[in-house]
Amino acid sequence: MTARLQEQQAAGEEGAGTALALRGVVKRFGDITAVDHVDLIVPQGICLGLLGPNGAGKSTTMRMITGQAHLDAGSIEVLGHPVPAHSKHARAEMGVVPQLDNLDVELTARQNLEVFAHLYRVPRARRRDAVDRALRMAHLVDRADTKTDELSGGMRRRLLVARSLVHSPRFVLLDEPTVGLDPQVRQELWSLVDALRHEGVSVLMSTHYIEEAERLADEVAVMSRGRIIARGTPAGLRDAHVGREAVEYYGSPDRLGEVETIAVEGGLPTRRTGPSVSVLRAEHMPESTAALLGAGARRASNLEDVFVSLTGETVE
Amino acid sequence: MTTQTTEPFAGSPRWFELAAFTGVWKRETTLFRRYWVSTTFAAVVEPVIYLLAFGFGLGSLIAVMNGIPYIEFLGTGVVATSVLFTSAFSGMFQTFVRRKFQATYDAMLAAPVDVHELVTAEAGWIATKAGVYGCAPLVVAMFFGLDPAPGMLVVPLVGFLTGLGFGLFGIWCSAVVPSIDSFNYIISAVITPLFLVAGTFFPVDQLPGWAGAAAVINPLYHCVQLVRHAAFGFEPLLDVLHVGVLILFAVGMWLIAVRYMRKRLID
Ligand SMILES: Nc1ncnc2c1ncn2[C@@H]1O[C@H](COP(=O)(O)OP(=O)(O)OP(=O)(O)O)[C@@H](O)[C@H]1O
Ligand SMILES: [Mg+2]
Repeated sequence: MTARLQEQQAAGEEGAGTALALRGVVKRFGDITAVDHVDLIVPQGICLGLLGPNGAGKSTTMRMITGQAHLDAGSIEVLGHPVPAHSKHARAEMGVVPQLDNLDVELTARQNLEVFAHLYRVPRARRRDAVDRALRMAHLVDRADTKTDELSGGMRRRLLVARSLVHSPRFVLLDEPTVGLDPQVRQELWSLVDALRHEGVSVLMSTHYIEEAERLADEVAVMSRGRIIARGTPAGLRDAHVGREAVEYYGSPDRLGEVETIAVEGGLPTRRTGPSVSVLRAEHMPESTAALLGAGARRASNLEDVFVSLTGETVE
Repeated sequence: MTTQTTEPFAGSPRWFELAAFTGVWKRETTLFRRYWVSTTFAAVVEPVIYLLAFGFGLGSLIAVMNGIPYIEFLGTGVVATSVLFTSAFSGMFQTFVRRKFQATYDAMLAAPVDVHELVTAEAGWIATKAGVYGCAPLVVAMFFGLDPAPGMLVVPLVGFLTGLGFGLFGIWCSAVVPSIDSFNYIISAVITPLFLVAGTFFPVDQLPGWAGAAAVINPLYHCVQLVRHAAFGFEPLLDVLHVGVLILFAVGMWLIAVRYMRKRLID
């Protein structure tokens, strides 16, 4: 654990309150350690992005938070409720958007919400308002009486989010909420999540879209092979691990190899970015190195640079 | 119903909460509003076919069985068949589809509902349907000459209790089978013998000794006996025993069904 990470967790624990606290959490499936000693604190009122590639352990972590997977070691607390001992209280105050759509296809949009208003124990007098409010949030008022399997993919995803909000939870888990959606629908969902954050709802959102984490998350935890390997604000992580700027160079494979050699000699990290090589920490590039490298495309560095330089893995 | 107070979620959650149960039932009643016509049609038409086919076919050979006109013997027996099919098939197929294909249970368990509450609510709904629709053969048999009797008022309860056991049996099977095709084995090897050797179509004392003994441990046999006694006169001591067996069956199946469903639903 880095000093920085420890600092932030300490701050989270003493602050206004903790939405979520994972301590030393381990989950194994046979020989696979899906979640490997994870410590993760989400202070109340922030959106934490859990960024990681396929198989990193994001969904498994979320299922343990909802009591749908057993812990092999460690402890979890959701809004002060120990899980799994008081998991039902935790679930009552939490909304969950699963990675895989599990809406009831035989029911209409409204009926889906009504069933969950019951399951989430919204008092009878407030049920109708709660359902109407959720329909409005998801922009589905016109389609309230459409059967779920006749809704478009984007509408279904919005309904899935609305379903998790029908009881006005204080904490929401979003497991890759926009995976497989077209850019416009993704934007719509982003504004929905943004609105939640402004209402003071705490959010834990897993994603492997860098852009999503950058746009929505106050803080990001990078997960790889079951471990949290870095934690901070998007800008903080960028400055700490890859600097502020990068320069991309294109060319033949030989030319790219040459660029890498020159950069490393100049003390700068590099990474392959598709058909190009990006030289990181470019704001510190020595004049001599710049002269040798020639013309390249300067850009701001991003979380993807962070991710790749931390893990050596690539994400979408 | 739980009401929101200032500290609604303090202390340990209760082991069994009515709110979880009614939440699951909300989904069932919503679905039922869509499907009740076809469900009711099947529940009524099937016993009519049994009574017509067996009643007139066999009935022309056998006028009286155990001192009862054959059509009435059959009409009361088919209640149990109807309860068995309604409950065991719902338990098996519906539960499997909802768990595996629709992931409905995954969605529900992310809400404040635990596996034992989910299984109890699902089985309770299946049993209620079995109790109500199990009466259909009795009503049909009345058109064939069965006399109404006050004792028949307990038939829905008998159907409920039997349906609870077999519904839970079906739920347990759904958690054990690797795929939906595997139900064929259970239907051929378990359900069919259960329904043939329960005293529905012929008295079990017609069977060779070992099969007669096997019938006695068949919960469906006890359901058949209770329904006949409800129609033609109770035998209090025996009937308490029959009810006892059905309760034992339901409790046992509940324990196993919850255990296996939990294994399947919680990683
Ligand atoms: N029920 C299970 N049984 C066995 N292994 C499992 C199970 N669930 C997850 N795993 C394994 O645990 C590891 C982590 O999986 P998980 O689904 O948590 O990853 P993820 O970060 O959500 O990935 P993705 O981005 O693909 O959704 C993987 O190796 C996966 O194969
Ligand atoms: Mg996942």
